[in-house]
Amino acid sequence: MVLNVNKIRADFPILKRKIRGKPLVYLDSAATSQKPKQVIRAIERYYSEYCANVHRGVHRLSEEATTAFEQSREKFARFIGTKNAREIVFARNATEALNLVVFSWARANLKSGDRVLLTEMEHHSNIVPWQILAKERGIKLDYVRINDDGLLSLQSFEELIKEKPKILSLTHVSNVLGTINPVRQMAQRAHNIGAIVAVDAAQSVPHMPVDVADLECDFMAVSGHKMLAPTGIGMLYGRYDLLDHMEPFMGGGEMIKEVHLQEARWNDPPWKFEAGTPNIEGVIGLSAAVDYLSDLGMRNVREHEKEITRYALEQLEDVKGLVLYGTKDIEQRGAAISFNLGDIHAHDLATILDTQGIAIRSGHHCAQPLMERLKVPATSRVSFYIYNTRREVDILVRALESAGKLFKV
Amino acid sequence: MSVDVYKETILDHYRHPRNYGGLPDANARAREASVICGDTIEMQLKLDGNKIEDVKFRGQGCAISIASASMLTELSKGKPISEIRKLGKKDIIGLLGTDPGPARMECALLGLKVLKTAIYSHLGVKMPEELEET
Repeated sequence: MVLNVNKIRADFPILKRKIRGKPLVYLDSAATSQKPKQVIRAIERYYSEYCANVHRGVHRLSEEATTAFEQSREKFARFIGTKNAREIVFARNATEALNLVVFSWARANLKSGDRVLLTEMEHHSNIVPWQILAKERGIKLDYVRINDDGLLSLQSFEELIKEKPKILSLTHVSNVLGTINPVRQMAQRAHNIGAIVAVDAAQSVPHMPVDVADLECDFMAVSGHKMLAPTGIGMLYGRYDLLDHMEPFMGGGEMIKEVHLQEARWNDPPWKFEAGTPNIEGVIGLSAAVDYLSDLGMRNVREHEKEITRYALEQLEDVKGLVLYGTKDIEQRGAAISFNLGDIHAHDLATILDTQGIAIRSGHHCAQPLMERLKVPATSRVSFYIYNTRREVDILVRALESAGKLFKV
Repeated sequence: MSVDVYKETILDHYRHPRNYGGLPDANARAREASVICGDTIEMQLKLDGNKIEDVKFRGQGCAISIASASMLTELSKGKPISEIRKLGKKDIIGLLGTDPGPARMECALLGLKVLKTAIYSHLGVKMPEELEET
């Protein structure tokens, strides 16, 4: 074991919960991760010791809150491999971070007839904002196809890159198939034709070492609550020169230098994009979350997840009637596994597993175009994180086997 | 809620849905998808005055939505429309013989929602809000 999972589990109060008398087996971390006491305490400390608004206050509490707030930005910047904290914009979630790219950068830089390159495995958050802009601007959306093994078709990518898209926006790791996409290779190709590259890293940054310089991306959207931080905090990395030339996404306090009746002067990045009082507790919780993950080491996190995913794939393969989606190559996949068991509807399966205290996700996972591509209405998905054990995989497999018997699969 | 949700009767209706298919001489029909799971149920009815002469359904869904739709067609065949208009959540739980719980109630009620939509649109009357939710 690369991680001391017993020690980690002791840090997560929720893992002591019983569901219908059975220990909670939480296999839904791709939806949201559980939170360690270190994060919960950091938020409690903010509210009990230095609760104040950030930035404009000159009193002691505001100074302390501002310092903690900006330190979190610096910490997260280092965590994803940039030295410049001003390349990190705080948002509500990864969805808002992607919307910022669409409605601030793309709205100003794309014109009718321009093309945007996405992939068939995108989450709705990297499809729908583009559709809104497409309606407004008459831009065209192209989608890189996926192969039957759940990997992006590089042949399809090559064909579509010839259409000279202005931006390539793609997920680093699929929230359904777990596929890790070759972002660096694709980004280099896209840059060669002068395109900008945006990456949805909601499913990668919590689970593996991610470095924006290595990925060679221009924008990257991350979600806090999938990496031990509270809900309501997301992060956008943006290359400074791009952020500097972008118009604000929302107007209000914080994002201005000076305001007159007819005009205003914008603040510098990243504050230009952070109108209104931000989610201060979220940012402070994120700081504790980044500390927690950094102490474990992201290489170790990735190794642990590879181990448990490999084990789960082996065990699931032996369950009668179970169909796995996505690649079997552990080097090309993260810790989310989608499957169907016989003709049992994913929702029925999730209900049955819930009676055993096992939390999984079922449905279209906000990726309906991908469901259409897989030709299934829904899948069941299990996803692992730092606190999951092989024993939990065994509990899952036994529960799946009895569900199969119940439905006579 | 326990695994008892999946009683033999529910599984039987799921595996062998009653009154499944289309009704060529239908004079009322409706189709709805569930927002949470994308399941779809379509109902076709042959209405004669105040009576449901015949009803068939088809669709794609989980055991709970298919079984409740199937049971509902059995219940409503030959019944007066006024009786169907009065059906609500309690009646569906009664039909299923189990309470599927809040997370799955939408699945259980999908068939009834479609049946009522068909009836109300045939009558040319707006479906009351509270009925949509029952």
